[in-house]
Amino acid sequence: MSALGIETAADEQGGPARPRPRRAGVALAGFALPVVLAVLWEIAVRSGFANGRLMPPPSVVGATLWSLAASGELFTHAAATLWRVAAGFALGAAAGTLLGAVTGALPVARGLIDPTLQALRAIPSIAWVPLFILWLGIFEASKVALIAVGVFFPVYLGVAAAIQGIDRKIVEVGRVFRLGRLAMARRVLLPAILPAWITALRSGLGLGFMFVVAAEIMGASEGLGYLLVDGQQLGRPDTIIAAIISFAVLGKLADGLLVALTRPVLAWQDTARDKL
Amino acid sequence: MLSFETLSKTYADGTQALSAVTLDVAQGEILALVGGSGCGKTTLLRLIAGLDRPSAGRILLDGEAIAEPRADVGVIFQEPRLFPWLSVAENVGFGLSHLSAFEREGLVTNALVRVGLGGHDRRWPRELSGGQQQRVAIARALVTRPKLLLMDEPFSALDATTRASLHGHLLALWGESRPTVVMVTHDVEEAVTLADRIVVMQPKPGRVFDAFDNPLARPRDRLSPAFEAAKREILRSLDRSLRDEAPHQQKAAETAGMWW
Repeated sequence: MSALGIETAADEQGGPARPRPRRAGVALAGFALPVVLAVLWEIAVRSGFANGRLMPPPSVVGATLWSLAASGELFTHAAATLWRVAAGFALGAAAGTLLGAVTGALPVARGLIDPTLQALRAIPSIAWVPLFILWLGIFEASKVALIAVGVFFPVYLGVAAAIQGIDRKIVEVGRVFRLGRLAMARRVLLPAILPAWITALRSGLGLGFMFVVAAEIMGASEGLGYLLVDGQQLGRPDTIIAAIISFAVLGKLADGLLVALTRPVLAWQDTARDKL
Repeated sequence: MLSFETLSKTYADGTQALSAVTLDVAQGEILALVGGSGCGKTTLLRLIAGLDRPSAGRILLDGEAIAEPRADVGVIFQEPRLFPWLSVAENVGFGLSHLSAFEREGLVTNALVRVGLGGHDRRWPRELSGGQQQRVAIARALVTRPKLLLMDEPFSALDATTRASLHGHLLALWGESRPTVVMVTHDVEEAVTLADRIVVMQPKPGRVFDAFDNPLARPRDRLSPAFEAAKREILRSLDRSLRDEAPHQQKAAETAGMWW
Protein backbone atom coordinates (compact mmCIF):
# COMPACT_ATOMS: atom_id res chain seq x y z
CA MET A 1 0.00 0.00 0.00
CA SER A 2 2.79 2.40 0.89
CA ALA A 3 4.48 1.46 -2.36
CA LEU A 4 1.41 2.71 -4.24
CA GLY A 5 1.46 5.93 -2.26
CA ILE A 6 5.07 6.59 -3.18
CA GLU A 7 4.39 6.02 -6.84
CA THR A 8 1.64 8.65 -7.05
CA ALA A 9 3.52 11.12 -4.86
CA ALA A 10 6.47 10.94 -7.25
CA ASP A 11 4.12 11.53 -10.17
CA GLU A 12 2.78 14.62 -8.54
CA GLN A 13 6.19 16.09 -7.85
CA GLY A 14 7.44 15.45 -11.33
CA GLY A 15 4.25 16.48 -13.11
CA PRO A 16 3.71 20.23 -12.88
CA ALA A 17 7.34 21.25 -12.41
CA ARG A 18 8.89 19.80 -15.55
CA PRO A 19 6.87 20.89 -18.61
CA ARG A 20 7.06 24.64 -17.98
CA PRO A 21 10.53 25.52 -19.32
CA ARG A 22 10.22 22.97 -22.10
CA ARG A 23 6.87 24.41 -23.20
CA ALA A 24 8.30 27.92 -23.40
CA GLY A 25 11.21 26.60 -25.43
CA VAL A 26 8.90 24.83 -27.86
CA ALA A 27 6.78 27.96 -28.27
CA LEU A 28 9.87 30.03 -29.06
CA ALA A 29 11.11 27.41 -31.50
CA GLY A 30 7.81 27.71 -33.32
CA PHE A 31 8.48 31.41 -33.93
CA ALA A 32 11.88 30.76 -35.51
CA LEU A 33 10.73 29.78 -39.01
CA PRO A 34 8.25 32.63 -39.69
CA VAL A 35 10.57 35.24 -38.18
CA VAL A 36 13.57 34.07 -40.23
CA LEU A 37 11.47 34.01 -43.42
CA ALA A 38 10.12 37.50 -42.72
CA VAL A 39 13.57 38.92 -42.07
CA LEU A 40 14.98 37.27 -45.23
CA TRP A 41 12.11 38.71 -47.31
CA GLU A 42 12.60 42.16 -45.82
CA ILE A 43 16.31 42.01 -46.70
CA ALA A 44 15.57 40.71 -50.21
CA VAL A 45 13.15 43.56 -50.95
CA ARG A 46 15.31 46.30 -49.43
CA SER A 47 18.44 45.19 -51.26
CA GLY A 48 16.55 45.09 -54.55
CA PHE A 49 16.62 41.33 -55.19
CA ALA A 50 12.81 41.31 -55.24
CA ASN A 51 10.45 44.18 -55.87
CA GLY A 52 7.84 43.25 -53.24
CA ARG A 53 4.89 44.66 -55.13
CA LEU A 54 2.76 41.48 -54.98
CA MET A 55 4.26 40.27 -51.70
CA PRO A 56 5.00 43.34 -49.60
CA PRO A 57 7.75 43.04 -46.96
CA PRO A 58 6.81 42.87 -43.24
CA SER A 59 7.61 46.54 -42.68
CA VAL A 60 5.02 47.63 -45.28
CA VAL A 61 2.37 45.27 -43.89
CA GLY A 62 3.13 46.52 -40.41
CA ALA A 63 2.78 50.13 -41.52
CA THR A 64 -0.56 49.36 -43.20
CA LEU A 65 -1.83 47.61 -40.08
CA TRP A 66 -0.71 50.56 -38.00
CA SER A 67 -2.42 53.13 -40.21
CA LEU A 68 -5.60 51.05 -40.31
CA ALA A 69 -5.53 50.82 -36.53
CA ALA A 70 -4.70 54.51 -36.09
CA SER A 71 -7.61 55.61 -38.27
CA GLY A 72 -9.95 53.37 -36.30
CA GLU A 73 -10.88 51.51 -39.48
CA LEU A 74 -9.36 48.24 -38.28
CA PHE A 75 -11.52 48.24 -35.16
CA THR A 76 -14.70 48.97 -37.09
CA HIS A 77 -14.00 46.03 -39.40
CA ALA A 78 -12.88 43.72 -36.60
CA ALA A 79 -15.94 44.61 -34.53
CA ALA A 80 -18.29 43.92 -37.46
CA THR A 81 -16.65 40.54 -38.08
CA LEU A 82 -16.63 39.62 -34.39
CA TRP A 83 -20.28 40.53 -34.00
CA ARG A 84 -21.26 38.28 -36.93
CA VAL A 85 -19.18 35.38 -35.63
CA ALA A 86 -20.56 35.81 -32.13
CA ALA A 87 -24.18 35.91 -33.30
CA GLY A 88 -23.75 33.00 -35.71
CA PHE A 89 -21.80 30.99 -33.15
CA ALA A 90 -24.42 31.54 -30.47
CA LEU A 91 -27.25 30.46 -32.76
CA GLY A 92 -25.39 27.52 -34.30
CA ALA A 93 -23.97 26.26 -31.01
CA ALA A 94 -27.34 26.48 -29.26
CA ALA A 95 -29.17 24.66 -32.06
CA GLY A 96 -26.38 22.08 -32.39
CA THR A 97 -26.31 21.39 -28.67
CA LEU A 98 -30.08 21.10 -28.44
CA LEU A 99 -30.55 18.81 -31.44
CA GLY A 100 -27.42 16.86 -30.59
CA ALA A 101 -28.75 16.25 -27.10
CA VAL A 102 -32.15 15.18 -28.38
CA THR A 103 -30.87 12.79 -31.03
CA GLY A 104 -28.15 11.49 -28.72
CA ALA A 105 -30.56 10.71 -25.91
CA LEU A 106 -33.67 9.54 -27.76
CA PRO A 107 -33.31 6.75 -30.33
CA VAL A 108 -36.67 7.73 -31.83
CA ALA A 109 -35.51 11.28 -32.47
CA ARG A 110 -32.26 9.94 -33.87
CA GLY A 111 -34.12 7.80 -36.37
CA LEU A 112 -36.33 10.71 -37.38
CA ILE A 113 -33.94 13.65 -37.51
CA ASP A 114 -30.42 12.37 -37.92
CA PRO A 115 -30.64 11.09 -41.53
CA THR A 116 -31.98 14.44 -42.72
CA LEU A 117 -29.28 16.36 -40.90
CA GLN A 118 -26.60 14.03 -42.24
CA ALA A 119 -27.93 14.66 -45.76
CA LEU A 120 -27.90 18.42 -45.21
CA ARG A 121 -24.36 18.14 -43.89
CA ALA A 122 -23.26 16.77 -47.26
CA ILE A 123 -24.15 20.11 -48.87
CA PRO A 124 -21.16 22.47 -49.02
CA SER A 125 -22.38 25.25 -46.75
CA ILE A 126 -21.41 28.01 -49.21
CA ALA A 127 -24.07 26.59 -51.52
CA TRP A 128 -26.68 28.00 -49.16
CA VAL A 129 -25.59 31.57 -49.77
CA PRO A 130 -27.86 32.41 -52.74
CA LEU A 131 -30.83 30.93 -50.92
CA PHE A 132 -30.06 32.75 -47.69
CA ILE A 133 -29.71 36.02 -49.60
CA LEU A 134 -33.11 35.49 -51.24
CA TRP A 135 -34.72 34.56 -47.94
CA LEU A 136 -32.96 36.88 -45.52
CA GLY A 137 -31.74 39.76 -47.64
CA ILE A 138 -28.23 40.92 -48.35
CA PHE A 139 -27.51 42.39 -44.93
CA GLU A 140 -26.62 40.85 -41.59
CA ALA A 141 -29.25 38.12 -41.29
CA SER A 142 -28.03 36.07 -44.24
CA LYS A 143 -24.41 36.29 -43.08
CA VAL A 144 -25.25 35.27 -39.53
CA ALA A 145 -27.36 32.39 -40.87
CA LEU A 146 -24.47 31.08 -42.97
CA ILE A 147 -22.10 31.20 -39.99
CA ALA A 148 -24.70 29.50 -37.80
CA VAL A 149 -24.96 26.65 -40.34
CA GLY A 150 -21.19 26.28 -40.30
CA VAL A 151 -21.07 26.17 -36.50
CA PHE A 152 -24.08 23.90 -36.17
CA PHE A 153 -22.75 20.67 -37.65
CA PRO A 154 -19.57 20.10 -35.66
CA VAL A 155 -21.42 20.97 -32.45
CA TYR A 156 -24.36 18.72 -33.34
CA LEU A 157 -22.16 15.76 -34.24
CA GLY A 158 -19.93 16.24 -31.20
CA VAL A 159 -22.79 16.42 -28.70
CA ALA A 160 -24.72 13.50 -30.21
CA ALA A 161 -21.62 11.30 -30.27
CA ALA A 162 -20.69 12.30 -26.72
CA ILE A 163 -24.13 11.37 -25.38
CA GLN A 164 -24.15 8.04 -27.17
CA GLY A 165 -20.65 7.40 -25.90
CA ILE A 166 -21.43 7.93 -22.21
CA ASP A 167 -20.13 4.98 -20.22
CA ARG A 168 -23.05 2.74 -19.23
CA LYS A 169 -21.09 1.64 -16.19
CA ILE A 170 -20.90 5.10 -14.72
CA VAL A 171 -24.60 5.69 -15.37
CA GLU A 172 -25.24 2.51 -13.40
CA VAL A 173 -23.49 4.03 -10.41
CA GLY A 174 -25.98 6.88 -10.67
CA ARG A 175 -28.80 4.34 -10.69
CA VAL A 176 -27.39 2.58 -7.63
CA PHE A 177 -27.52 5.93 -5.83
CA ARG A 178 -31.11 6.29 -7.03
CA LEU A 179 -30.72 9.53 -8.95
CA GLY A 180 -33.90 10.82 -10.59
CA ARG A 181 -33.91 11.88 -14.24
CA LEU A 182 -32.96 15.46 -13.47
CA ALA A 183 -30.27 14.61 -10.94
CA MET A 184 -28.87 12.00 -13.30
CA ALA A 185 -28.61 14.60 -16.08
CA ARG A 186 -27.06 17.21 -13.83
CA ARG A 187 -24.70 15.08 -11.77
CA VAL A 188 -23.67 12.35 -14.25
CA LEU A 189 -24.60 12.95 -17.89
CA LEU A 190 -23.69 16.62 -18.14
CA PRO A 191 -20.23 16.34 -16.60
CA ALA A 192 -19.60 13.22 -18.67
CA ILE A 193 -20.17 14.98 -22.00
CA LEU A 194 -18.59 18.30 -21.01
CA PRO A 195 -15.10 17.68 -22.49
CA ALA A 196 -16.50 16.49 -25.82
CA TRP A 197 -18.96 19.39 -25.88
CA ILE A 198 -16.21 21.93 -25.41
CA THR A 199 -14.10 20.32 -28.11
CA ALA A 200 -17.13 20.50 -30.41
CA LEU A 201 -17.64 24.16 -29.57
CA ARG A 202 -14.01 24.87 -30.40
CA SER A 203 -14.19 23.27 -33.82
CA GLY A 204 -17.51 25.07 -34.34
CA LEU A 205 -15.87 28.38 -33.52
CA GLY A 206 -13.08 27.65 -35.99
CA LEU A 207 -15.63 26.98 -38.71
CA GLY A 208 -17.47 30.15 -37.70
CA PHE A 209 -14.39 32.19 -38.59
CA MET A 210 -14.09 30.30 -41.86
CA PHE A 211 -17.64 31.11 -42.83
CA VAL A 212 -17.52 34.74 -41.82
CA VAL A 213 -14.81 35.22 -44.45
CA ALA A 214 -17.00 33.57 -47.07
CA ALA A 215 -20.00 35.65 -46.05
CA GLU A 216 -18.09 38.91 -46.08
CA ILE A 217 -16.32 38.24 -49.36
CA MET A 218 -19.69 37.74 -51.03
CA GLY A 219 -20.90 41.17 -50.18
CA ALA A 220 -20.36 43.42 -47.21
CA SER A 221 -19.60 47.06 -46.60
CA GLU A 222 -17.53 46.42 -43.51
CA GLY A 223 -15.74 43.58 -41.80
CA LEU A 224 -12.32 42.04 -42.21
CA GLY A 225 -13.60 40.02 -45.18
CA TYR A 226 -14.60 43.27 -46.84
CA LEU A 227 -11.06 44.50 -46.24
CA LEU A 228 -9.80 41.47 -48.16
CA VAL A 229 -11.97 42.25 -51.18
CA ASP A 230 -11.15 45.94 -50.94
CA GLY A 231 -7.43 45.18 -51.01
CA GLN A 232 -7.89 42.97 -54.02
CA GLN A 233 -9.87 45.55 -55.97
CA LEU A 234 -7.48 48.37 -55.16
CA GLY A 235 -4.45 46.21 -55.86
CA ARG A 236 -3.18 46.53 -52.28
CA PRO A 237 -1.70 43.18 -51.16
CA ASP A 238 -0.54 44.83 -47.94
CA THR A 239 -4.18 45.47 -46.96
CA ILE A 240 -5.07 41.85 -47.76
CA ILE A 241 -2.23 40.51 -45.64
CA ALA A 242 -3.11 42.92 -42.83
CA ALA A 243 -6.67 41.56 -42.90
CA ILE A 244 -5.41 37.95 -42.96
CA ILE A 245 -3.21 38.62 -39.94
CA SER A 246 -6.14 40.23 -38.12
CA PHE A 247 -8.25 37.14 -38.83
CA ALA A 248 -5.55 34.89 -37.46
CA VAL A 249 -5.16 36.96 -34.31
CA LEU A 250 -8.91 37.22 -33.69
CA GLY A 251 -9.44 33.50 -34.27
CA LYS A 252 -6.66 32.56 -31.92
CA LEU A 253 -7.88 35.01 -29.28
CA ALA A 254 -11.46 33.73 -29.48
CA ASP A 255 -10.29 30.13 -29.17
CA GLY A 256 -8.00 31.07 -26.30
CA LEU A 257 -10.89 32.79 -24.55
CA LEU A 258 -13.07 29.69 -24.93
CA VAL A 259 -10.29 27.48 -23.56
CA ALA A 260 -9.62 29.85 -20.66
CA LEU A 261 -13.31 30.08 -19.77
CA THR A 262 -13.72 26.29 -19.76
CA ARG A 263 -10.43 25.40 -18.09
CA PRO A 264 -11.81 25.41 -14.53
CA VAL A 265 -14.56 22.89 -15.31
CA LEU A 266 -12.13 20.53 -17.01
CA ALA A 267 -9.43 20.60 -14.34
CA TRP A 268 -10.07 16.91 -13.66
CA GLN A 269 -9.11 15.79 -17.14
CA ASP A 270 -6.13 13.60 -17.69
CA THR A 271 -5.33 14.76 -21.20
CA ALA A 272 -2.59 17.31 -21.73
CA ARG A 273 -4.71 20.34 -22.56
CA ASP A 274 -1.58 22.43 -22.93
CA LYS A 275 -0.92 21.03 -26.35
CA LEU A 276 -4.33 22.06 -27.68
CA MET B 1 -32.91 -11.24 5.80
CA LEU B 2 -32.32 -11.68 2.09
CA SER B 3 -34.01 -14.49 0.26
CA PHE B 4 -34.39 -15.61 -3.34
CA GLU B 5 -37.54 -17.48 -4.28
CA THR B 6 -37.23 -19.60 -7.44
CA LEU B 7 -35.43 -16.75 -9.09
CA SER B 8 -34.98 -16.96 -12.87
CA LYS B 9 -33.56 -14.59 -15.41
CA THR B 10 -33.75 -15.07 -19.17
CA TYR B 11 -32.19 -12.37 -21.32
CA ALA B 12 -33.85 -10.98 -24.43
CA ASP B 13 -31.61 -13.11 -26.66
CA GLY B 14 -32.94 -16.28 -25.00
CA THR B 15 -29.93 -17.01 -22.79
CA GLN B 16 -31.11 -18.45 -19.53
CA ALA B 17 -28.74 -16.86 -17.04
CA LEU B 18 -30.47 -18.07 -13.87
CA SER B 19 -32.87 -20.88 -13.31
CA ALA B 20 -34.96 -21.32 -10.17
CA VAL B 21 -32.42 -20.14 -7.62
CA THR B 22 -33.69 -20.43 -4.07
CA LEU B 23 -31.42 -19.30 -1.27
CA ASP B 24 -31.52 -17.52 2.09
CA VAL B 25 -28.88 -15.18 3.42
CA ALA B 26 -28.80 -14.46 7.15
CA GLN B 27 -28.40 -11.04 8.77
CA GLY B 28 -24.74 -10.06 9.03
CA GLU B 29 -23.55 -13.00 6.97
CA ILE B 30 -20.84 -12.80 4.31
CA LEU B 31 -21.91 -14.97 1.43
CA ALA B 32 -19.57 -15.72 -1.46
CA LEU B 33 -20.83 -16.90 -4.84
CA VAL B 34 -18.29 -18.86 -6.84
CA GLY B 35 -18.64 -20.68 -10.12
CA GLY B 36 -17.43 -21.04 -13.66
CA SER B 37 -18.07 -18.35 -16.21
CA GLY B 38 -21.67 -18.02 -17.33
CA CYS B 39 -23.07 -19.45 -14.11
CA GLY B 40 -25.10 -16.29 -13.54
CA LYS B 41 -23.35 -15.01 -10.45
CA THR B 42 -23.05 -11.46 -11.76
CA THR B 43 -26.63 -11.63 -13.04
CA LEU B 44 -27.75 -12.63 -9.55
CA LEU B 45 -25.91 -9.69 -8.04
CA ARG B 46 -27.42 -7.27 -10.55
CA LEU B 47 -30.88 -8.55 -9.69
CA ILE B 48 -30.29 -8.00 -5.98
CA ALA B 49 -28.98 -4.50 -6.72
CA GLY B 50 -32.22 -3.77 -8.59
CA LEU B 51 -30.30 -2.96 -11.79
CA ASP B 52 -32.10 -5.76 -13.67
CA ARG B 53 -35.51 -7.33 -13.21
CA PRO B 54 -35.98 -11.07 -12.69
CA SER B 55 -37.96 -12.97 -15.33
CA ALA B 56 -39.61 -15.09 -12.68
CA GLY B 57 -39.47 -15.48 -8.92
CA ARG B 58 -38.52 -12.68 -6.55
CA ILE B 59 -35.94 -11.35 -4.16
CA LEU B 60 -37.04 -10.36 -0.71
CA LEU B 61 -35.02 -8.01 1.47
CA ASP B 62 -36.53 -7.98 4.97
CA GLY B 63 -39.76 -9.21 3.45
CA GLU B 64 -39.88 -6.53 0.76
CA ALA B 65 -39.52 -7.43 -2.91
CA ILE B 66 -36.64 -5.67 -4.68
CA ALA B 67 -37.64 -3.98 -7.93
CA GLU B 68 -35.22 -1.08 -8.13
CA PRO B 69 -32.01 0.16 -6.46
CA ARG B 70 -32.49 0.83 -2.77
CA ALA B 71 -30.88 3.33 -0.44
CA ASP B 72 -29.89 0.66 2.08
CA VAL B 73 -28.07 -1.51 -0.47
CA GLY B 74 -24.49 -0.61 -1.39
CA VAL B 75 -22.77 -1.89 -4.52
CA ILE B 76 -19.07 -2.27 -5.28
CA PHE B 77 -18.36 -3.14 -8.89
CA GLN B 78 -15.51 -4.99 -10.49
CA GLU B 79 -14.03 -1.66 -11.59
CA PRO B 80 -13.88 1.33 -9.21
CA ARG B 81 -16.32 3.29 -11.43
CA LEU B 82 -15.42 6.59 -9.80
CA PHE B 83 -16.66 9.82 -11.34
CA PRO B 84 -13.50 11.28 -12.91
CA TRP B 85 -14.80 14.85 -12.62
CA LEU B 86 -15.27 14.64 -8.85
CA SER B 87 -12.50 14.74 -6.27
CA VAL B 88 -11.95 11.69 -4.06
CA ALA B 89 -13.99 13.27 -1.26
CA GLU B 90 -16.84 14.25 -3.61
CA ASN B 91 -16.90 10.71 -4.97
CA VAL B 92 -17.22 9.23 -1.51
CA GLY B 93 -19.91 11.76 -0.61
CA PHE B 94 -21.88 11.17 -3.82
CA GLY B 95 -24.69 9.30 -2.08
CA LEU B 96 -24.90 11.78 0.80
CA SER B 97 -26.25 14.79 -1.07
CA HIS B 98 -29.26 14.90 1.24
CA LEU B 99 -27.01 15.79 4.19
CA SER B 100 -25.60 19.20 5.06
CA ALA B 101 -22.09 19.94 3.82
CA PHE B 102 -20.78 19.79 7.35
CA GLU B 103 -22.26 16.38 8.16
CA ARG B 104 -21.18 15.04 4.79
CA GLU B 105 -17.62 16.20 5.25
CA GLY B 106 -17.38 14.49 8.63
CA LEU B 107 -18.64 11.16 7.30
CA VAL B 108 -16.47 11.32 4.19
CA THR B 109 -13.28 12.15 6.06
CA ASN B 110 -13.98 9.35 8.49
CA ALA B 111 -14.70 6.85 5.68
CA LEU B 112 -11.50 7.77 3.85
CA VAL B 113 -9.42 7.36 6.98
CA ARG B 114 -10.92 3.92 7.51
CA VAL B 115 -9.90 2.71 4.06
CA GLY B 116 -6.42 4.11 4.63
CA LEU B 117 -6.77 7.11 2.34
CA GLY B 118 -6.89 9.91 4.91
CA GLY B 119 -5.55 13.16 3.44
CA HIS B 120 -6.34 12.18 -0.16
CA ASP B 121 -9.68 14.05 -0.08
CA ARG B 122 -8.87 16.66 -2.69
CA ARG B 123 -7.09 14.51 -5.24
CA TRP B 124 -8.58 13.44 -8.56
CA PRO B 125 -9.32 9.74 -9.09
CA ARG B 126 -6.83 9.63 -11.97
CA GLU B 127 -4.03 10.45 -9.54
CA LEU B 128 -4.67 7.27 -7.56
CA SER B 129 -3.47 3.75 -8.26
CA GLY B 130 -5.96 0.99 -9.08
CA GLY B 131 -5.96 -0.30 -5.52
CA GLN B 132 -6.49 3.16 -4.09
CA GLN B 133 -9.36 3.81 -6.50
CA GLN B 134 -11.05 0.58 -5.45
CA ARG B 135 -10.67 1.63 -1.82
CA VAL B 136 -12.42 4.92 -2.66
CA ALA B 137 -15.21 2.83 -4.20
CA ILE B 138 -15.43 0.77 -1.01
CA ALA B 139 -15.62 3.95 1.05
CA ARG B 140 -18.32 5.32 -1.27
CA ALA B 141 -20.42 2.19 -0.84
CA LEU B 142 -19.97 1.97 2.93
CA VAL B 143 -20.32 5.62 3.89
CA THR B 144 -24.10 5.42 3.51
CA ARG B 145 -24.13 2.57 6.06
CA PRO B 146 -25.98 0.06 3.87
CA LYS B 147 -27.48 -2.97 5.58
CA LEU B 148 -26.69 -5.04 2.50
CA LEU B 149 -23.42 -4.75 0.58
CA LEU B 150 -23.01 -6.30 -2.86
CA MET B 151 -19.61 -6.87 -4.39
CA ASP B 152 -18.95 -8.07 -7.93
CA GLU B 153 -15.41 -9.46 -8.07
CA PRO B 154 -14.20 -6.23 -6.48
CA PHE B 155 -10.57 -7.26 -6.18
CA SER B 156 -10.09 -9.29 -9.34
CA ALA B 157 -8.17 -6.59 -11.20
CA LEU B 158 -5.66 -6.06 -8.42
CA ASP B 159 -2.33 -7.71 -7.64
CA ALA B 160 -2.11 -10.28 -4.85
CA THR B 161 -0.54 -7.98 -2.25
CA THR B 162 -3.02 -5.17 -2.77
CA ARG B 163 -5.84 -7.69 -2.72
CA ALA B 164 -4.71 -9.16 0.60
CA SER B 165 -4.49 -5.72 2.19
CA LEU B 166 -7.95 -4.81 0.88
CA HIS B 167 -9.34 -8.03 2.34
CA GLY B 168 -8.06 -6.82 5.71
CA HIS B 169 -9.61 -3.38 5.27
CA LEU B 170 -12.90 -4.85 4.19
CA LEU B 171 -13.15 -7.24 7.14
CA ALA B 172 -12.31 -4.44 9.55
CA LEU B 173 -15.03 -2.24 8.05
CA TRP B 174 -17.50 -5.09 8.04
CA GLY B 175 -16.72 -5.72 11.72
CA GLU B 176 -17.84 -2.20 12.62
CA SER B 177 -21.44 -2.30 11.42
CA ARG B 178 -21.80 -5.94 10.32
CA PRO B 179 -23.81 -5.44 7.16
CA THR B 180 -24.92 -8.49 5.23
CA VAL B 181 -22.52 -9.04 2.34
CA VAL B 182 -23.07 -10.92 -0.91
CA MET B 183 -19.93 -11.14 -2.98
CA VAL B 184 -19.17 -12.69 -6.32
CA THR B 185 -15.70 -14.02 -6.91
CA HIS B 186 -13.88 -16.51 -9.08
CA ASP B 187 -11.09 -16.75 -6.54
CA VAL B 188 -11.75 -19.64 -4.14
CA GLU B 189 -9.03 -18.48 -1.78
CA GLU B 190 -10.71 -15.08 -1.54
CA ALA B 191 -14.03 -16.76 -0.82
CA VAL B 192 -12.53 -18.89 1.96
CA THR B 193 -10.73 -15.86 3.40
CA LEU B 194 -13.80 -13.65 3.61
CA ALA B 195 -17.01 -15.63 3.58
CA ASP B 196 -19.10 -17.36 6.23
CA ARG B 197 -20.81 -19.39 3.56
CA ILE B 198 -19.73 -20.25 0.05
CA VAL B 199 -22.25 -21.09 -2.64
CA VAL B 200 -20.96 -22.92 -5.71
CA MET B 201 -23.00 -22.17 -8.81
CA GLN B 202 -23.29 -24.20 -11.97
CA PRO B 203 -23.54 -22.76 -15.47
CA LYS B 204 -26.02 -23.18 -18.33
CA PRO B 205 -28.47 -22.36 -16.92
CA GLY B 206 -27.09 -20.70 -13.78
CA ARG B 207 -28.22 -22.42 -10.60
CA VAL B 208 -27.02 -23.38 -7.14
CA PHE B 209 -24.86 -26.49 -7.20
CA ASP B 210 -23.69 -26.74 -3.62
CA ALA B 211 -23.20 -24.65 -0.48
CA PHE B 212 -20.52 -24.81 2.21
CA ASP B 213 -20.44 -23.36 5.69
CA ASN B 214 -16.99 -22.03 6.34
CA PRO B 215 -15.75 -23.79 9.52
CA LEU B 216 -12.77 -21.46 10.01
CA ALA B 217 -12.82 -18.84 12.74
CA ARG B 218 -11.60 -15.30 12.01
CA PRO B 219 -8.88 -14.16 11.66
CA ARG B 220 -8.07 -16.85 9.13
CA ASP B 221 -4.60 -18.08 8.42
CA ARG B 222 -4.21 -18.68 4.71
CA LEU B 223 -1.31 -21.06 5.34
CA SER B 224 -3.04 -23.33 7.84
CA PRO B 225 -3.94 -26.92 6.84
CA ALA B 226 -7.60 -26.28 7.68
CA PHE B 227 -7.68 -23.35 5.24
CA GLU B 228 -6.11 -25.54 2.56
CA ALA B 229 -8.64 -28.29 3.23
CA ALA B 230 -11.60 -25.93 2.96
CA LYS B 231 -10.19 -24.49 -0.24
CA ARG B 232 -9.65 -27.93 -1.72
CA GLU B 233 -13.15 -29.06 -0.88
CA ILE B 234 -14.64 -26.10 -2.72
CA LEU B 235 -12.32 -26.52 -5.69
CA ARG B 236 -13.45 -30.15 -5.95
CA SER B 237 -17.06 -29.08 -5.88
CA LEU B 238 -16.34 -26.49 -8.58
CA ASP B 239 -14.77 -29.17 -10.73
CA ARG B 240 -17.78 -31.39 -10.35
CA SER B 241 -20.15 -28.50 -11.15
CA LEU B 242 -18.38 -27.96 -14.45
CA ARG B 243 -18.11 -31.64 -15.36
CA ASP B 244 -21.77 -32.35 -14.81
CA GLU B 245 -23.13 -32.55 -18.33
CA ALA B 246 -26.67 -33.76 -17.65
CA PRO B 247 -28.36 -30.35 -17.76
CA HIS B 248 -26.96 -29.73 -21.24
CA GLN B 249 -28.68 -32.80 -22.61
CA GLN B 250 -31.83 -31.90 -20.82
CA LYS B 251 -31.75 -28.44 -22.37
CA ALA B 252 -31.05 -29.89 -25.80
CA ALA B 253 -34.06 -32.16 -25.45
CA GLU B 254 -36.21 -29.20 -24.44
CA THR B 255 -35.23 -27.13 -27.44
CA ALA B 256 -35.61 -30.15 -29.75
CA GLY B 257 -39.13 -30.60 -28.53
CA MET B 258 -39.90 -26.96 -29.18
CA TRP B 259 -38.52 -26.71 -32.67
CA TRP B 260 -41.91 -25.90 -34.14
